[in-house]
Amino acid sequence: MMTAELSRTQPDEDRRLVLRCLGLALAGGAGTMLLSSFGRPALAADVPAKPVWPKDAFTCKDEASALKALGWEAPVASDKITLVLPEIAENGAVVPVSITAAMPDVRSIAVMIPDNPFTLTALFPLAAGTAPDIACRVKMAKTAKVVAIVAAGGKLYSATRDVKVTLGGCG
Amino acid sequence: MASTIRVRAIAADGNVEVQSLIRHPMDSGFMKNDKGQIIPAHFIQTVTFETKGKIVFTAFWGPAISKDPYLKFSYQGGAKGDPLTISWTDNEGMSDTLTTKVA
Repeated sequence: MMTAELSRTQPDEDRRLVLRCLGLALAGGAGTMLLSSFGRPALAADVPAKPVWPKDAFTCKDEASALKALGWEAPVASDKITLVLPEIAENGAVVPVSITAAMPDVRSIAVMIPDNPFTLTALFPLAAGTAPDIACRVKMAKTAKVVAIVAAGGKLYSATRDVKVTLGGCG
Repeated sequence: MASTIRVRAIAADGNVEVQSLIRHPMDSGFMKNDKGQIIPAHFIQTVTFETKGKIVFTAFWGPAISKDPYLKFSYQGGAKGDPLTISWTDNEGMSDTLTTKVA
């Protein structure tokens, strides 16, 4: 008698235990999913389905507020970023910039020129499979520093170079 | 009118290197014309490169990008003959699109 009863209830309790574990796992999963979906925009610049120009960030007039508008913290200087710029730019209207990042999982690259009227010059959110190696040309108002900021693996890195501008090119 | 976009995409070992040149004034809004009037800001804000329904590269630009902007990048997983669509939009709502083939 007893054994028969036991064998009847036991599987039932087992099942309940399994269900409870499953529920916990599901809740945990949902929690982390929620967290990551909240966490991501803060670290910004995952490739959006429909890219929307981040107006707030582009209208900032100094580096700190531009970083803030992007939801970024202060970056750490890194020698893994290769920022190539001319030492002397004769024409500030066309200054070639190239940026290569040697770290894994690069999500986006930003170019900032804090002495220009607007700090943020370019922002490149990278798709998976796109190499963290880009080149473009920027305008510089005067002799100033150029900062490349790389968001990789949830962290922010930067590299800075000074460029002497002979003829300002804010036009 | 010819397209404002010129692009060259070359595949090598599954990697596609893309170089593009767009014809655009990229006025910063700080320059004056001959009469001393300020030329209003007019610049490209977003450029996207799309291949086989996937955006491989996005560029967000401010007014400090040079006139007739040049851009170079590369992506993996592309092959010769793939279509590559380049689109840009500027702050006045103008835009242009060009589809090319990876060479």
